[in-house]
Amino acid sequence: MGEMEQLRKEAESLKDQITAARKAVADATLPDTVSSTAVVGRVQLKTRKTLRGHLAKIYAMHWATDAKLCVSASQDGKLIVWDTLTTNKVNAIPLKSSWVMTCAYAPSGNMVACGGLDNMCSIYNLKGKDGNVKVMRELAAHTGYLSCCRFLSDSEIITSSGDCTCLLWDIETGTQKTTFAGHLGDCMSLAVPGDFKTFVSGACDFTAKLWDIRDSNCTHTFSGHESDVNAIAFFPNGNAVITGSDDATCKLFDLRSDQELITYQDSSIMCGVTSIAPSLSGRLILAGYDDFNVNIWDSLKAERVGVLAGHDNRVSCIGVSTDGMACCTGSWDSFLPSFSFKGQDNVMRLCKQNKQQYL
Amino acid sequence: MPCLSKVIPSIPHENTSSNFIKWLTRLSGQMERVVVSMQDPDMGVKLRNQRLLITVIPHAMTGNDIVEWLMQKFSVCDEEALHVGNLLVKFGYIYPLKEPRVLTLRPDETPYRFQTPYYWTSTRWPASELDYAIYLAKKNIRKQGELIEHEKESYNMLHKRINHTWDFVVMQAREQLRASKQRRKADRIVLECQEQAYWLVNRPPPGMMDVLDQGPERKNILNSRVQLVGVCVCVFVCERVPTCVCVCVCVCSFVKYCEQYQPHDPIMQGCLPSNPWITDDAMYWTINSDSVAVPTKLRVERWSFSFVELLSDPMGQRELMAYLEKEFSAENLCFWQACEDLRHGENSKIPSKVDEIYKQFLAPGATRWVNIDSKTMEKTLQGIKQPHRFVLDDAQMHIYFLMKKDSYPRYLRSELYKNLLARAVVPQETKKSVFPFMRRQRHSSPSPAMLTQTGEDDGKTKHHGTGNV
Repeated sequence: MGEMEQLRKEAESLKDQITAARKAVADATLPDTVSSTAVVGRVQLKTRKTLRGHLAKIYAMHWATDAKLCVSASQDGKLIVWDTLTTNKVNAIPLKSSWVMTCAYAPSGNMVACGGLDNMCSIYNLKGKDGNVKVMRELAAHTGYLSCCRFLSDSEIITSSGDCTCLLWDIETGTQKTTFAGHLGDCMSLAVPGDFKTFVSGACDFTAKLWDIRDSNCTHTFSGHESDVNAIAFFPNGNAVITGSDDATCKLFDLRSDQELITYQDSSIMCGVTSIAPSLSGRLILAGYDDFNVNIWDSLKAERVGVLAGHDNRVSCIGVSTDGMACCTGSWDSFLPSFSFKGQDNVMRLCKQNKQQYL
Repeated sequence: MPCLSKVIPSIPHENTSSNFIKWLTRLSGQMERVVVSMQDPDMGVKLRNQRLLITVIPHAMTGNDIVEWLMQKFSVCDEEALHVGNLLVKFGYIYPLKEPRVLTLRPDETPYRFQTPYYWTSTRWPASELDYAIYLAKKNIRKQGELIEHEKESYNMLHKRINHTWDFVVMQAREQLRASKQRRKADRIVLECQEQAYWLVNRPPPGMMDVLDQGPERKNILNSRVQLVGVCVCVFVCERVPTCVCVCVCVCSFVKYCEQYQPHDPIMQGCLPSNPWITDDAMYWTINSDSVAVPTKLRVERWSFSFVELLSDPMGQRELMAYLEKEFSAENLCFWQACEDLRHGENSKIPSKVDEIYKQFLAPGATRWVNIDSKTMEKTLQGIKQPHRFVLDDAQMHIYFLMKKDSYPRYLRSELYKNLLARAVVPQETKKSVFPFMRRQRHSSPSPAMLTQTGEDDGKTKHHGTGNV
């Protein structure tokens, strides 16, 4: 018992040292420093395309790196690859398990992956020899649902799961290579930066963690949220992480000074954030909420500069294309039972800026 | 935990004279601390003799040395070290030997010297009018009336203003000139440089930024330029907490990033020729594809933002390769590319790839041998005996930083890059078609999941709910 007490004391003192170190460098606040930066005016995005075809709630979407194709997953048991400019469906992949919660597009464009309540990550080869899309690998090792997956390359993929861990897989052999354990609650989402050397995960223990892929260590833990962290993304310069949580706020955590810089919140917003994505310059942050809206935040001044209202149900996923041109949202829009096909599909909307005025 | 008792002067909110003075005093104190440790005989910056025309000036250092010392001492990146160094120069703690009017720190072989404490901001600020008058009078005598424009103006103005003590001014000037003639040439040059540097900071010529200004322009300085100064100060404190970077530095980097990328963010600023989502015209993607003959101006400009930007554009990589081939250092980029391929490629191919890389780049006498420092080379050669995905990380990082520090800046200054930038196109904006019914209809293919379709959508974006196209 004496040893436990000692260890606990040591842990406490380390925590204090970290807090002190963070305080020491907290010599400025983001609001003060950006007070002279130009204001972003109202941002109005208009729906340009509507992607119809799913029959049930859309849970996830992910853009391909060519900024034209994207993949979406819905609990009607389908993974659809869309050519968003023409709104044609390039592939409609039937899934073994319809309880899908996430999907991802490989940076090369050769593969897509998905997973969900089946605890597995299934990888599909889009460029098969005979033109058919087949399951390439089924990565099974998680003991909880698959909440998110992201490709590092055609050979590696990272998955996060309800079993509180993230795994790095070797796709070729279908085996897990590294386990990233440390979260105390279900891992809900993950994001990979441009250099593919680290990744961040957000979890139901109210924290976000930054992991080094090579060493499998958690190098930063960011707390501050008061509820589950549902969505996470990297700020485009790779030095900060933005998170969205059930506590109705989004936060920006800086990696270099190891602390929270700003919170995006408004007293009129009382529902959780489900998804988050920054614009190309990082100046705008688009966040999807449970109240069926997407709010657009000015990331530096923490002001709301726009709203996308057009869904009839909770916005479940959002993504900004790699060239920053468009943002795509998917939602749980009016799901109707299968015996009535009229009209109301579950839609994905592609929105783009029409005219921008800012000071 | 080291004691963090240093008070960081935060930017004063009230734009008053006394606030400014207090703030500047504290800031100067901080800078002096740094400069003193830079001059430490053991741990300070490397000093050497510098030849200036035919005279040898002692105790000079290169801009490069300064940046490296700051990077190492405060564990910051080269950009931040350059910021800090620049401020030391702008505030007059370090002055350039060759082009005294250019008060910027150049991270190359340009020589600099430490300013003598006699002329430090903290000891002699604000500069007195009398001293300035004496200085100008000396210059006037030496140059026999041939002062430069703004100095002539100041001289005449001072002559009017302190006319009652003018005899004293002229007498002092003559005395000082006489005393300096009796010094050794090298000392005289050094003293002249020091004095000139002091006055360049305290009485900058028109067009040069006045960091010590107390006039009405001060508000702007406080808001933008002086944030950079705050950065400088924060970095000093960070020597105690080497793994943490100050919030101020981080925040400035975000603001800078957003500003720099704003013209490239289509949601913020639109794009040329047109946004494919609005006009259904995919021209934007065509003119920005990998294999286009002439790239757009925005694209080429983006390569100058950071080395990462250049490398992440396949066309940028090709251009860099062409440049390096001219310089006979293409093996660096080839090596880096091979390492990337190893990192992201198939597991099964790792041993053969590592072997190939060794033969081509690392083996003694290899055809494309890369210049890695001996310690990293030793570690790498040891590591490749058991090849794995990350075995070449250290070597790759070394070559990456070599290219970033050396080849990249030179590429940006090269004729190759400048010509490309000049040739790059700015696409014409294509207007949205005036007659909406002439727009090509996009048809959504029927959903394979649907068995029947009743009265279908014609691809024109209609949607249920609010809003309209």
